[in-house]
Amino acid sequence: MAASILHRASGVALSFAGLGILTWWLYAVASGPQAYERFTMAATHPLGLIVLVGVTWSFFQHLLTGIRHLVTDTGAALELGVNKTFAILTFVGSVLLTAALWFYLLGIVK
Amino acid sequence: MSLGDSSTPLGKVRGLGSARHGGEHWLTERMTSIALLLLGSWLLASLLLLPALDQRTLLEWLHAPSGAVPMALLVIIGFKHALDGVKVVVDDYVHGPGNNFVTNLVMLFLAVGGGALALFALARIAFGGVA
Repeated sequence: MAASILHRASGVALSFAGLGILTWWLYAVASGPQAYERFTMAATHPLGLIVLVGVTWSFFQHLLTGIRHLVTDTGAALELGVNKTFAILTFVGSVLLTAALWFYLLGIVK
Repeated sequence: MSLGDSSTPLGKVRGLGSARHGGEHWLTERMTSIALLLLGSWLLASLLLLPALDQRTLLEWLHAPSGAVPMALLVIIGFKHALDGVKVVVDDYVHGPGNNFVTNLVMLFLAVGGGALALFALARIAFGGVA
């Protein structure tokens, strides 16, 4: 239930914020150092960082619940207990992966 | 499935639905999701393995075919998958034929427009000079 709605919410977030930022980022790289400077200024602003952390968390959540959907599409792991365990693992996994990525990117863990 | 029926559940619904391609939409969503599993992992690994994330390094990375081709695929398949996924959400929450049609049309324009913009930027990087 919660995993399903999160799959949708993270998918919508990736569709608009994720692809929007990807497009802006590619455009900034193509436009030269000054345009790229403006992109990094926005990206490293506290608000920009919050958005980027949200997008990467959406990426991992959608990736993991997506794998879960591909597995359940085959008819496997539909038993209540197993299904619930996998759903919880997608939350734990997405939070751990997001934290690990940003600790690494911000230089907290080398 | 009854005995003697060799078609799979997916095989039975292909070509059905009000627009005759509900099954195809479902299958395309899954196929693009597997492609994005690979391309998303590639993007993440590439960003982590690049020596720096300044404009010069990224330009050189995306100028080479090894960077430009997977990125073009990520853009095309990413926007297609987003459009397919958002359509499911729109069809679930935006009711009334008029509202539903207009919302889906706006989403189509956004996806095609955004995808074209991203590919244009990528083409400038890939075919432009690295000064």
